[in-house]
Amino acid sequence: MPKLGISWEGMDEKPKMTAITAMAGNQRRILLLSFMVSSIIKFVQSFLLLIMKINLALAQINTTLGKVQINLDKHLTIAKQAVQDGVDILVFPELSLTGYVLQDLVPAVSCRANINDPIFKYLLDASRSVDMVVGFVDEDTRHRFYVASAYLSQGKVAHVHHKLYLPTYGLFDEGRFYAPGNSVRAFDTRFGRFGMLICEDFWHASPPYLLWQDGADMLLLSSAAPGRGLNNEPKLETSTWVELINKAYASLFTTFVAHANRSGFEDGLNFMGGSTIFDPNGKLLCQAPYFEESVTKAEIDLNQLNRTRARLPLLRDERPELVLHELARILNK
Amino acid sequence: MEINLSIDPELVRKILKEFIHSEITRVGFSRAVINLSGGVDSAVSFALSVEALGPENVLAIRCPYKTSSPDSLEHAQVLIDQFGCPSVTIPISEMVDPLIVLEPGMSEIRKGNIMARARMIVAYDQSEAFKGLVLGTGNKTEILLGYTTLYGDSACALNPIGDLYKTQVRQLARGLGIPDAIIAKPPSADLWTGQTDEGELGFTYAEVDKLLYLLVDQRYRPEECVEAGFSGNFVRLVFERVRRNQFKRVLPPVAKLSSRTVGYDFLYLRDWGT
Repeated sequence: MPKLGISWEGMDEKPKMTAITAMAGNQRRILLLSFMVSSIIKFVQSFLLLIMKINLALAQINTTLGKVQINLDKHLTIAKQAVQDGVDILVFPELSLTGYVLQDLVPAVSCRANINDPIFKYLLDASRSVDMVVGFVDEDTRHRFYVASAYLSQGKVAHVHHKLYLPTYGLFDEGRFYAPGNSVRAFDTRFGRFGMLICEDFWHASPPYLLWQDGADMLLLSSAAPGRGLNNEPKLETSTWVELINKAYASLFTTFVAHANRSGFEDGLNFMGGSTIFDPNGKLLCQAPYFEESVTKAEIDLNQLNRTRARLPLLRDERPELVLHELARILNK
Repeated sequence: MEINLSIDPELVRKILKEFIHSEITRVGFSRAVINLSGGVDSAVSFALSVEALGPENVLAIRCPYKTSSPDSLEHAQVLIDQFGCPSVTIPISEMVDPLIVLEPGMSEIRKGNIMARARMIVAYDQSEAFKGLVLGTGNKTEILLGYTTLYGDSACALNPIGDLYKTQVRQLARGLGIPDAIIAKPPSADLWTGQTDEGELGFTYAEVDKLLYLLVDQRYRPEECVEAGFSGNFVRLVFERVRRNQFKRVLPPVAKLSSRTVGYDFLYLRDWGT
């Protein structure tokens, strides 16, 4: 559960009390009553300005390719431990229930994120104790398949995101097997308003921007990113790049950015790990090791949003109507 | 244009060690076998597999032919002693000579291919006996140039060093503690006396690695490489060699007849279900 604290801003009422004692009779009683009412209101308001701290964990797992039951068991084991460790939100990587290079396995491993699904019923049950982001292949009622992430909380599916951008170039072949998602939406959770994106989605600048404008104060990003790009640096070029853009989104959108990547191998592909959480100042809060399985936790002080945005009001000053206007012009050329 | 072939040996070592461990253990094995030629490529694959699996789980195989350089056998022994692995020495002269003598005047290329394939037979036989998978030793330079014997030295269950150019393999070798004598000696398939890779290819690894890095990794066009200072003949020779040897890098094409055909639309990773 979240740890709560109270903002004491505006609570110092001492001068007013001195003035009240100088009055007499009914006038004093009315003013005293009114002061008490206003104090109660301010006290309640102060609860609405809670300093909320939540524990976020990134489950940087390896998966068994095409074996959903084995991967489900790993999810449930990690979730159980996370509950014991006081974790509030547990984020798994892209396609965490299935493995990544599924190819012709796609139709054999698909799920539906509801309580009647033989896999999701266990995950939803586990979500009564800890909120979870899980990666899976979603099959819609018309039998189209999507790379998907579901946010599960308190036994319910709070949101499902379908991957918008399916990389079909270089070593990637997703467009051959999946349908692309068609919407990007922020959603409300018991900890605030969040947004989810999957891997290639956040190599494009527009989905994080849209989630920001839709009210997301935390981006929950998941990947199964094959590591590549060798030089004399002690990390792969893909690690350098993904850390750069995550830090950039956190800084430009003054928001939290949590990224769960996976580890392990599929044939010759290494999944590079190195999952991160950045705060609204672009400061790195934690990073998982490269290439290894791990559960990496950080305490998130949601009130950092208040402090950062007071210093740097980029959200206040953003002009989405200008973007809309200019995009309309550009698209209508 | 920037040519950066330097690597961080520790990073590469970590990835390749994990790769070997993952790809061998996930299919129910815990051991590997490897043909040790005494050269730097097999030395690097060998050292990585020892780190991944433990010295007792890696079988080093030496397969000398009667004309093989004594250095090859000796350098392989240095590695076996250094890493403390079990080993077997199986001379191949008695396997290959009966075939070679059938045709007096047989070319060196044919003899070399027969030797490479005899070593493959030994490795796969030891694979069954030792219950270990065959580790590959081909680097990116020779894979791209096709400087390899199909179903001979290129045959393996997994290849940890196939995405490292020769000059990068040498950097990794230093990080793995491979003796300088092995790293510094002229690369040779040792298929006939005095053979060297660079003598046979007609250019050095240092030169061709730079060109391949531009053509393959950085996607420069051949004419852009000529503009950058590589000789036109050299660029044409290398580019053509890469193209001509594509057949060595793919499975043989199956003639498609049905609605679902292996190699075209029956698509699963090897790691399917593991």
